[in-house]
Amino acid sequence: MIGLVVVSHSHAAAEGICELAAQMGGDAPLEPAGGDGDGGIGTDADRIGEAIAAADQGEGVVVLVDLGSAVMNAELAIEMTEANATIADAPILEGALNAAVEATNKKATVDSVLEKAEEARTYRKVS
Amino acid sequence: MVDEATQREAIRAAAEAVADRLEDEKTHLTDLDSAIGDADHGSNLARGFRAAADAVVDDDESTPQELVKTIGVTLISEVGGASGPLYGGSIMSASATLDDGLTAESSVAFAEAYLEKVKDRGDAQLGAKTMVDALTPAVHTFKKSIEVDELPPLTALAKATAAAERGVEYTVPLRAQKGRASFLGWRSVGHQDPGATSTWFIMQELLDVADDYLDGEVDVDASSPTIPEETPDEEES
Repeated sequence: MIGLVVVSHSHAAAEGICELAAQMGGDAPLEPAGGDGDGGIGTDADRIGEAIAAADQGEGVVVLVDLGSAVMNAELAIEMTEANATIADAPILEGALNAAVEATNKKATVDSVLEKAEEARTYRKVS
Repeated sequence: MVDEATQREAIRAAAEAVADRLEDEKTHLTDLDSAIGDADHGSNLARGFRAAADAVVDDDESTPQELVKTIGVTLISEVGGASGPLYGGSIMSASATLDDGLTAESSVAFAEAYLEKVKDRGDAQLGAKTMVDALTPAVHTFKKSIEVDELPPLTALAKATAAAERGVEYTVPLRAQKGRASFLGWRSVGHQDPGATSTWFIMQELLDVADDYLDGEVDVDASSPTIPEETPDEEES
């Protein structure tokens, strides 16, 4: 199964998003990587790397990110990992929910999960 | 080229000098960052470079290239936020240019690789009010001073450091287009960029340490007294 990693500056936000996504795609491996590792706000490449390794079942990992350094640290973590991991260019919460649903699809690939996550960019809240 | 043991000593001295300087400037950098960012730049960098200096202090075995790589890898682990990948990741990646140790030629290659990695990782171009605004004039001046003007490496580094200072001043009147500061929009105008500032501080310390090992003029202006007959061989400006 494709694994998912949620990278947020906030540990609580990463945990909460995984909790929400787990309701949708209960079986998918979901790993939060939030905070700077010392209980503060921030992101940490080593922490993200560990989450990618934990989420990877051999078929690849899609990484959801929030702002700025989350993207850079996720890129760096991906460069240093052996796993096939890709960052989704998607809103972190909606993207994680979409990705979790697709990840439970038996035929899911990194590309299909990525595509579903990125579809979340067009969600309207008020029409 | 100086021998490997001397290069190792110079790299460790530079790491130590940068760590001390950033500790001294911690409050200054954090104040700059609290105006337009998340107020962690000073403490993050000071902690990271202290750990990096400690990681290499007793290392008498590694090659100069390995030492520089260790500094980068340690920064990635110890510096939170965007500075870890930008400073540490770029040092780690640029260390690939130091196969033959520290020479005038490899220093130019390192500087160019570092700048390219920072621009690529941060997705930042010149004028976005980032460290790229200090680095770009510094790297261009360094390359031109070595390759066109054929100045001694120490003099080239002195010119590059003066160029970085100009870059820092250039960030003040700009509107931020990257990072947390970009959320402030017009409110970022009038503030000096913390990343450009720390980049300049680091270069000042590199220059100070290089002055102990190399010959050349250090009291120089960033602008060249000569007009080059040809431009340096560059893939992109």
